[in-house]
Amino acid sequence: MQTPPVLVTQPYRPLHPLHLLLVSSAFPLFLGALLADIAYARSYEIQWTNFASWLVVGAMVFAVVALVWALVSLVTPTARTRTRFIYVGLLALTCVLGFLNSLVHAMDAWQKMPQALVWSVLCVASIGASLWFALGGTLRRREVLP
Amino acid sequence: MKVLDSKRPKTALLTRALVPALMLALAACSGTPDETYVGPSPDLPKPQRGLFPTLKVSLPAEWGDQLPQVPEGYEISAIADNLLIPRQMLVLPNGDILVAEGRGGRAPQLTPKDIIAGFIKSRGNTQVDSGNRLTLLRDADGDGVYENRSVFADNLDAPYGLAFGNGSIYVATQDALLRFAYTDGAVNAGAAPEEITRLPGAINHHWTKALTISADGRYLFVGIGSDSNITERGIAVEESRAMVWQVDAQTGFHRVFATGLRNPTALAMQPGMDQLWAVVNERDEIGDELVPDYLTSVRPGGFYGWPYSYWGQNVDERVRPQKPEKVASAITPDFALGSHVAALGVAFSTPTMGAQFANGVFVGQHGSWNRNPPVGYKVSFVPFRDGRPSGEAIDFATGFLGEDGKARGRPVGVTVDPRGALLVADDLANTIWRITPTGGAPGAPAATPAAAEAAPADAPAAAGATPPAG
Repeated sequence: MQTPPVLVTQPYRPLHPLHLLLVSSAFPLFLGALLADIAYARSYEIQWTNFASWLVVGAMVFAVVALVWALVSLVTPTARTRTRFIYVGLLALTCVLGFLNSLVHAMDAWQKMPQALVWSVLCVASIGASLWFALGGTLRRREVLP
Repeated sequence: MKVLDSKRPKTALLTRALVPALMLALAACSGTPDETYVGPSPDLPKPQRGLFPTLKVSLPAEWGDQLPQVPEGYEISAIADNLLIPRQMLVLPNGDILVAEGRGGRAPQLTPKDIIAGFIKSRGNTQVDSGNRLTLLRDADGDGVYENRSVFADNLDAPYGLAFGNGSIYVATQDALLRFAYTDGAVNAGAAPEEITRLPGAINHHWTKALTISADGRYLFVGIGSDSNITERGIAVEESRAMVWQVDAQTGFHRVFATGLRNPTALAMQPGMDQLWAVVNERDEIGDELVPDYLTSVRPGGFYGWPYSYWGQNVDERVRPQKPEKVASAITPDFALGSHVAALGVAFSTPTMGAQFANGVFVGQHGSWNRNPPVGYKVSFVPFRDGRPSGEAIDFATGFLGEDGKARGRPVGVTVDPRGALLVADDLANTIWRITPTGGAPGAPAATPAAAEAAPADAPAAAGATPPAG
């Protein structure tokens, strides 16, 4: 017996392309911070951790602007879908994690290690998850119509 | 039994008093006592740092009609104001005072933290431009009022350390050691200085170059601060930093005299012993009671820990790679002046300062930013016995930090005028303070040739007529 296909995503107001650009930009910056942290942890070369500090700040610039935009966009009733709320929630979490990460990165020399690595992993995971929902991903497995 | 009985209530009382105090301290998120430990053997807590570093900046306020407080039997007056960031001073043989004025440092802001913390800290400092000069103050009639003032030399690059010997005035700017020829009574340098040697100055995170001279005038000792708090600018830039140089006054050749001194901000030769002493500013951001700034005798070839360890052999985990073999050789300093007090001045006293303060050193404390509640902001006296610090430090000049939490002044250099006065440079009020025993130096008449000469102060002795006091 065939069940009728389930519509996995409801039609909703998609994110503005510029909004998508902003939130997408935060991802490589957080990822760069993580890679720089790894490089510092392996080499003790201080310049890597300087890079990481700035990359986190750069990521935060994009993430915070995207968050403000995302919150404002919730004003539109058609935007208030479950996916959008998950996206906004994850982006807000990313901003909190990013802020804490920048504080951790303000510790001098090796004092920030190894916790800076952990925070950077969390930031990358969180911005990745935000992007998943920003780009149309869902929590369910995608089903293809026959 | 009796002994036990008598002890029990005491311990019970102690517990009853301590436990709530501890709880309160924990509840307030900081167990920091109002006063920091001062003495020879600090009990060091474990390093700790929250997400936010302590940045307790005391904002400036005017003195108004207030004055710093000094002990009974002493009086204080401002002998010069409107200076351009006075730091260290030098009393010349004829009693004239040279004041080095300026602000140095050219460390780039490498991280977001450098920018933010730098801005916050700058709010606690004077906003005037760096003087980059030496000002000469003269009290021609010996009444304690320095009515004459001239610019001895200018266009210097952040002058700081000063020393006199061999008929010359030696000046350590932030990147060079200079020599001015001096003739008695001169009010300006007359000629451009001779450069004795360059000093490490590329980044100058800690830019102050402290200076003193050996008793025979043969060697100059230069204190060179580290280029970071704790290697956060990399180990490579710490080459030739955090050390004291011994420079041959004639040739300018130097050897490394002692290392591991994070920021030796003032140096002094112990009278009659030819022993070098230093006050050193220790590292920040591992707690309100870490790490004590200290006063120490400096041993030739000695290593004092920075950056690998503090207060002897307490390893600083923030440094990578670590060097256990260096830590094993680290010398424990002689006397803790208190954590974060920022000792920037040291001077040996003379009997003309009065019996209580005859034997020991005065220490100028600029005041803390990395401690809450703040400490420092005063001049203290560390008594000596048998050539070593002995006994409790005594506050000598206080009131620089007001009850309202605002800073009226911040002491830097301290200098003892052999005639019986302590000079204090205040780089927030841009003032030189002079503290004297009321009505001359009680209990120490004619203790030194200088005092003997200065005694007929009412006689209009021409400044410059007095020969060097030795």
